[in-house]
Amino acid sequence: MLIFEKSVKGRASIQLDKLDVPHYELKAQKRNAQARLPEISEQDAVRHYTELSRKAHGVDNGFYPLGSCTMKYNPRVNEVIAADKAFANIHPLQEEETVKGCTQVMDELSDYLCAITGMDAFTLQPAAGAHGEFTGIMLIKAYHMSRNDTLRTKIIVPDSAHGTNPASAHMCDFDIVSVPSNAQGGVDIEELKKVVGPDTAGLMLTNPNTLGLFDKNILKITEIVHKAGGLCYYDGANLNAIMGVVRPGDMGFDCMHLNIHKTFSTPHGGGGPGAGPVGCKKSLASFLPTPVFGKLPQGYDPKKSIGKVKTFYGNFSVLVKGLAYIKTLGKEGIKDAAQKAVLNANYLLSLVKKDYDLAYDRICMHEFVLSLQKLKDETGVSAMDVAKAMLDYGMHPPTMYFPLIVHEALMLEPTETESRETLIKAAQVLNTIKQQAVADSASLHDSPKTTIIGRVDEVRAARQPVLKYDFSK
Amino acid sequence: MENLLFSKSHEWVKIEGNKAKIGLSDYAQHELGDIVYVNLPSVGDKVTIGESFTDVESVKAVSEVYSPVSGTITAVNEELESQPELINNAPYDAWIIVVEVSEKDELLTKEEYDKFCK
Repeated sequence: MLIFEKSVKGRASIQLDKLDVPHYELKAQKRNAQARLPEISEQDAVRHYTELSRKAHGVDNGFYPLGSCTMKYNPRVNEVIAADKAFANIHPLQEEETVKGCTQVMDELSDYLCAITGMDAFTLQPAAGAHGEFTGIMLIKAYHMSRNDTLRTKIIVPDSAHGTNPASAHMCDFDIVSVPSNAQGGVDIEELKKVVGPDTAGLMLTNPNTLGLFDKNILKITEIVHKAGGLCYYDGANLNAIMGVVRPGDMGFDCMHLNIHKTFSTPHGGGGPGAGPVGCKKSLASFLPTPVFGKLPQGYDPKKSIGKVKTFYGNFSVLVKGLAYIKTLGKEGIKDAAQKAVLNANYLLSLVKKDYDLAYDRICMHEFVLSLQKLKDETGVSAMDVAKAMLDYGMHPPTMYFPLIVHEALMLEPTETESRETLIKAAQVLNTIKQQAVADSASLHDSPKTTIIGRVDEVRAARQPVLKYDFSK
Repeated sequence: MENLLFSKSHEWVKIEGNKAKIGLSDYAQHELGDIVYVNLPSVGDKVTIGESFTDVESVKAVSEVYSPVSGTITAVNEELESQPELINNAPYDAWIIVVEVSEKDELLTKEEYDKFCK
């Protein structure tokens, strides 16, 4: 039941004090109609959301190895700091002199992000990863336009890329060129050489890539693109594997986004909102959305800005939490987190590889991809069935059917915050499911069986969506 | 079925004079799983060999459909808008577009394609 269906006219959670000042009508911005908000008591509101949380599985409920999403623990100290009234009770139109602490947060965070990534300047405005990609590709476009280089219409994207990469490039009016992966799961250098040229605006790449593999040819790759006159965009989705160890700026990337809500531990996936700051080398800095914080490179000229990509300063409280995380961990802690994320992934990989086939059998970074094609051929049990069965053991399923180049893919990313015991338990669960697939495959087709909501008919939901509540009534 | 040719990116082509009817192969629909949406192009759109002319959405993923020919779209199968499952039910009847062909790619026969899929 939606909260709007529980609404009773006149019911309220709070009672305002009696009006004891003169009534004043706001004329300039008066609404045409009352906002449609649910009218509900505080207790019913608490019950409503508690009920919803019981139907979901979050990182606070159990293991959440959703590959490419970095579902690490969200330290509570971040929440305490962000909730401080000096951060929480401010208004973006307040005089800057009255919010010096807040601008200091943005200055410090921008400088730390530059140090971690090897970029020269950052905008904190983008609200999430794909929004960051859009912003970054706009920077690349502005760069070529500023040089009257109007023939650069193509963005190169590897076939293992996140789907948001081609989507973001398309949003910026670029045509997409796909390059295939080689046998090691990296970019096929010869194929890349064939597709670059005077029409190349740039390349979008994540490294480690979506197979959880670090592309050792990265310097060669960025050099090929640069030689053709293009720029290189780093998708920071997988930064958790390398932060404090390697910097995208040193790999030859010109601009990038990172996800505060993944790598820097703020809640996401229903715990929302995110933040996807975009950083760039000094050659692109002037194009960044304004205002920009932190130390700025020489020659920075805000008049060249591409304009705002979000109101004011982005999702400020998420940025506060991200800074809290960086300061809590410190320089060594950041590196340690990345190294343990890689260690945890390899430990889990070593435990599950006796039961499942790896898409690429080599040491992985922070995540790895299984291919269940053989299991499906032999038993009829699909990656979807195995993923759903994990829910019966109190674990969130891994990412399914991604990357697209792996058949029956399951992508696991344990993150550094899981204990050895949890990883062993996860491997045991996957072993049990494998045995069940071999012994009684039919029983897995309608899992999960112990959750409040069982197997959802995703096909019917997509083909015949039912609108639950009509706001026009 | 007999006159169908195939691309390595899993589209089928039926050549009729200077027109080509294009759809997704049985192998492709099987790999994609239940298709829930077809993002149809428009009549008059140009297609190019090896470039995407539409994308189909299945429960698993959104996938590009690549054109095995170059030319101009003269018809789109609008039935797929409300019934994307036709591709799953009868892939060789569920054509997606008809193209007036200016250039063809090298295409595989049914036997060659079946071998390619193994």
